[in-house]
Amino acid sequence: METEPNGAETGMPQLDFATFPNQLFWLVIALVVIYLILSRVALPRIGTVLAERSGTITNDLAAAEELKTKAAEAEKAYEQALADARAEANKIIDRAKAEMRAELDVAIAKADSEIAAKQEESEKRIAEIRASAQDTVQEVARDTTAAVLSAMGSEADSATIDAAVKARASRGDAA
Amino acid sequence: MEGDIAEMGKFIGVGLTAFGMGGAAIGVGTVAGNYLSGALRNPSAAPGQTAMLFIGIAFAEALGIFSFLVALLLMFAV
Amino acid sequence: MAEEIGFVIEPMEQFEVTPLFGGEAVHWYTPTNVTLWLALTVLSVALLMVAASRGRALVPSRVQSMAELTYGFVHQMIEDVTGKDGVRYFPYIMTIFVFILFANLLGLIPWAFTTTSHIAVTAFLALAVFLTVTALGFVLHGLSFLKMFWIEAAPLALRPALAIIELISYFVRPVSHSIRLAGNMMAGHAVLKVFAGFAGALGVASVVPIAGLVAMYAFELLVAVIQAYVFTILTCVYLKDALHPHH
Repeated sequence: METEPNGAETGMPQLDFATFPNQLFWLVIALVVIYLILSRVALPRIGTVLAERSGTITNDLAAAEELKTKAAEAEKAYEQALADARAEANKIIDRAKAEMRAELDVAIAKADSEIAAKQEESEKRIAEIRASAQDTVQEVARDTTAAVLSAMGSEADSATIDAAVKARASRGDAA
Repeated sequence: MEGDIAEMGKFIGVGLTAFGMGGAAIGVGTVAGNYLSGALRNPSAAPGQTAMLFIGIAFAEALGIFSFLVALLLMFAV
Repeated sequence: MAEEIGFVIEPMEQFEVTPLFGGEAVHWYTPTNVTLWLALTVLSVALLMVAASRGRALVPSRVQSMAELTYGFVHQMIEDVTGKDGVRYFPYIMTIFVFILFANLLGLIPWAFTTTSHIAVTAFLALAVFLTVTALGFVLHGLSFLKMFWIEAAPLALRPALAIIELISYFVRPVSHSIRLAGNMMAGHAVLKVFAGFAGALGVASVVPIAGLVAMYAFELLVAVIQAYVFTILTCVYLKDALHPHH
């Protein structure tokens, strides 16, 4: 290949030193432009974007953590409210029960006292009836005794008969 | 077939430089193989050493590139 | 010679620097294909890093998140390799990374000119890194920066020898740094060209080189990204040596 006429282009173009100034000139320009683009615009911008993103992520994580604790708190409050309501309900039920029991007791007591009063009255009346029956029995006995005595021909005054009948009647009562 | 003895010698020389690439191949293979066996023994340490792997490969390969360069110089510049 | 076999492979033709608007002479100011593809590189960088992030969206669009991923990737790399105090030099390293990345990727477009395949470009980048880092080392640490070559962990008798070795390896850095990138790009594109030349010559059987071409192309995409990464991470490693010279 070195037989070609144009000597500069036969060998390695990399070793053609005539092109070096040209390459280096444009290379320096390119590198400087890239450096300026990167250091002035691109890198600060990307750096801030990355920093912002990591900041946002951290913040979001913190917010999520906070919301989580809040949710836990809310749940706790809810549980507390539920327990309170339950306790309140139990209290109300207890109170209602107690009230009803009290009313019932009053009613029972009233009924008892009424019953007792009625019983007393009945007993009184029974006693009255009994007393009146005894009186009647004594009168009949007295009359019968007086009649029997008169029929047997003996005379006795009414006081003696009374005493005798009373004694018998009370003995009979006792028996 | 035209040409002269000098050209023949040149081509033989270029062919001989290919052995240099074989050496580089052995070197790169040694580096990569040792990295792999080390990475399989201790996989957790492997990612931290990838940079060393590439540096090692680059050093080993550079010598092969030198032989390639010699070949190119013989072929086109001598 | 090539004509006799029936096909012409000119693998190096794609690397030629030619004036854009006719003419033969390439002066230092001539707009050439180098200019065009460097301009496209700058444009792509501006599109990705500036236009895409214009929205400043909290929830990024796809392009914006690409820009953010690039940012985060390089930022992380610097922090991992050099430590916190290397982050000051983030814009410079980011410049190098996006420039090489886009130059490599744009070079893979068919008929494109790969600016990073030229030793002039990569040598400039590597020398700039080398000189900056060395100057930085001396500015930050004064003459004690030279202790980097005097390894105190080694036995005293060995230290001079080690110092010479360290010194040589230090000065070889820009060489390997630049040739690695240019060589990778050159090799990849030359191989693609050779495969394409086979495809032109083999008729029906050219499906084989075309399949090879597709595979190579995918591999070259990978290489383009990895070489940008490697160049950048080596820059970070050299920067770390300047910031913390005492191992």
